[in-house]
Amino acid sequence: MIKGKVFKFGNDIDTDIIVPATYLSTFDPKELAKHCMEYTNPEFYGEVKEGDIIVAGKNFGCGSSREHAPIAIKGCGVSIVIAKSFARIFYRNALNIGLYILECPDAVDGINAGDTVEVNVDTGVITNVTTGKSWQAAPFPGFIQNIIECGGLINAIKADKFN
Amino acid sequence: MKATMTQQILAKKLGIKATDPSLKAGNLVLVEADTALSNDVTAPVAIDVFNKSGCALCDAKKVTFVLDHFTPNRDIQSANQCKIVRDFAREKGVENFFDVGSMGIEHALLPEKGIAKPWDVIIGADSHTCTYGALGAFSTGVGSTDIAGIMMSGKIWLKVPSAIRFNLIGKPSPSISGKDVILYIIGKIGVDGALYKSIEFAGEGVKYMTADDRFTICNMAIECGAKNGVFPIDETTDEYTKESCGKTFDRFETPDADSYEQTIDIDLSAIRPIVAKPHLPGNTEFVDELKEDIKIDQVVIGSCTNGRLSDLAQAAKVLEGRKVNKNVRTIIIPATNKIYLQALEKGYISTFIKGGAIVSTPTCGPCLGGHMGILASGEVAVTTTNRNFIGRMGAKDSYIYLASPATAMASAIAGKITCADKLED
Ligand code: SF4
Repeated sequence: MIKGKVFKFGNDIDTDIIVPATYLSTFDPKELAKHCMEYTNPEFYGEVKEGDIIVAGKNFGCGSSREHAPIAIKGCGVSIVIAKSFARIFYRNALNIGLYILECPDAVDGINAGDTVEVNVDTGVITNVTTGKSWQAAPFPGFIQNIIECGGLINAIKADKFN
Repeated sequence: MKATMTQQILAKKLGIKATDPSLKAGNLVLVEADTALSNDVTAPVAIDVFNKSGCALCDAKKVTFVLDHFTPNRDIQSANQCKIVRDFAREKGVENFFDVGSMGIEHALLPEKGIAKPWDVIIGADSHTCTYGALGAFSTGVGSTDIAGIMMSGKIWLKVPSAIRFNLIGKPSPSISGKDVILYIIGKIGVDGALYKSIEFAGEGVKYMTADDRFTICNMAIECGAKNGVFPIDETTDEYTKESCGKTFDRFETPDADSYEQTIDIDLSAIRPIVAKPHLPGNTEFVDELKEDIKIDQVVIGSCTNGRLSDLAQAAKVLEGRKVNKNVRTIIIPATNKIYLQALEKGYISTFIKGGAIVSTPTCGPCLGGHMGILASGEVAVTTTNRNFIGRMGAKDSYIYLASPATAMASAIAGKITCADKLED
C-alpha cells in the first residue's frame, strides 16, 4: 500500500521539464533528483518527501527517451505517478526501473495538490484520503506485474521470468 | 484481413501469420531484436545495468553504439562517459561501434551503413529511433534498461500498437520537403495525436517522398506521440538499400483499411512552408500566415531530422550567390562523415562558408542544448531539428522555431522568419 502527499502538475510535462538535458552527463539518482522539475517548479525538490505522490494531466513524460527522467523522480522519493496518460517511452522506463505508475483520468480530476492519497497497487484502487473519494484504475497485466514484482526488468531476466 | 505493416514485421519475427490473434493491438509480445542501439548519453547507463547484472553478452552483433550527442567531447564528464562505451566495445568485440572519425548522428548513420534495413526490428535508447520506419523497419525508442535487457536476452517486450494511416494524396509543390509534411501532420493531430500508436503511410503521394523525406517524416513520428512510423517498401526503398545493403527486399502486403483505427487524408498539394512555434512541435503555422516579423539570432541546419545530403543541397541552393544576415549565426552540421564529404564534393560546403555560415563536424550538438551553438536568454532560433521545448537549445527563455532546411536558410538570409519563395534577389 502506497500513501503520500500529492504534488500536482498539468498536461504535457516533458522530459526536459522533469530533468533538463544539460544535467544528463550523470545518472546518479541523488544528483538528478536535485534538478527534478527545476525550471518550472524550483521549490519541488526542497518540499517533496519520501513516499509522496505526483498527480499529473495527459502525456506525462513526453519528449526524450531518457531514463534519467523516471530515475530523477524516483530519486526524489516519489512512490507513484498517477496521470491521465503517459508518453509511451516514459511508461516503459518507469516500469522497467520499478517506479509505479497508473493511468486514471477521473482520479486526476478528483485530486488536488496537497491532498493525501492512498493507492493499492494490487487492485488498482486509488483513494483520496482527504476527501474520501475513490477510483478504480486498471491494474497491471500479469506480464508487467511480474517485472514489477521482481523489482524491474533486469531482475526479471535474471530470475528467468522473461519468457 | 491484411494486417498493418507493423503487424506484418512483428509476425515475420515471431514466425506467425500477421492476422494471428496474439498480434491484436494492445497485446504484449516478446520478440527478438535485430539491433539494440544506444549513444553516449544512454549507452553508459545500459552498460552499467548490464555489468551489474553479471550476465553474459547475448550477441555482440546485435549491439550498436554511436557516440554523437556530446562528441567531440565538450567536457570531462562527457569524455568519461564516452570512455565507458569505448572500453566496453573493445572488450566485448562490438564491431558496430562508431566514434569520432567514423561516427555520425545515429539515425542518419545506421541506414547509411546498412545496419537499419527493411523488415528489421530495431530498438534504440533514443526516442528518434523511429526514423528507420522510413525503410520499412519496425523501430522504436526505449530506455537504457530495455537495451541492457536485449544485451542479456536478445529480446524485448512490446505492446502491439494500434495504427493510424495517413493517406497521402496530391502532388507537393517543389518548395515543400518532408519536414513541411510532418510538421503539418503534427500540427493537425497534436503532440499526443498518435500516442502509443503506429503511424503508417499510404497512397499515391508516397511516391513523391524521397528516402530523405521519409527519414525526416518517420524521425518526427515521436513528436505526435507515436511508437513508430512506417513507409511501404517500394522502388525508392530499393534504390536506397541497393547502395546501403547491396540488395532489395520483399514488399509488404497492402494493409486493409479496417486494420487501422483511423485513416486521415493528407493533401500534399495543400501544404506550404510551415514552422512550429515555441514551445511544442504541434504549435504550427504556415510561414506566409505569421502575423508579425520574427527577428532571429541563430539558424541551425543539421540533426537526425534534417542533416542529410538533400537537406544540405536545399539549403545551399537557397544560399547560392547570397549571404546570411550579419546578425544571424548560421551553423550547418552534416549528419555523417559521408554526407560531409559528399557535400564537400558537390560544393555545398564552400557555398555555406562563402555565404557566411559555419560548418561543423557531425554531432548532435545544439539540437539538445549540448554544445556548438547554445542560445542565450531571449534569443530566437530557427532550426531544422525536431524539438522546440522550453530550454531545449539553451536558456530557458530562448525561443525555437522548427522549419525545413530551405525555410531555415531563407530566414538566415532575411534575418527574420521567411520562406525561400519570399526572398528578394
Ligand atoms: S540530433 Fe538531436 S534529436 Fe537527433 S539524436 Fe541527436 S540530440 Fe537526439
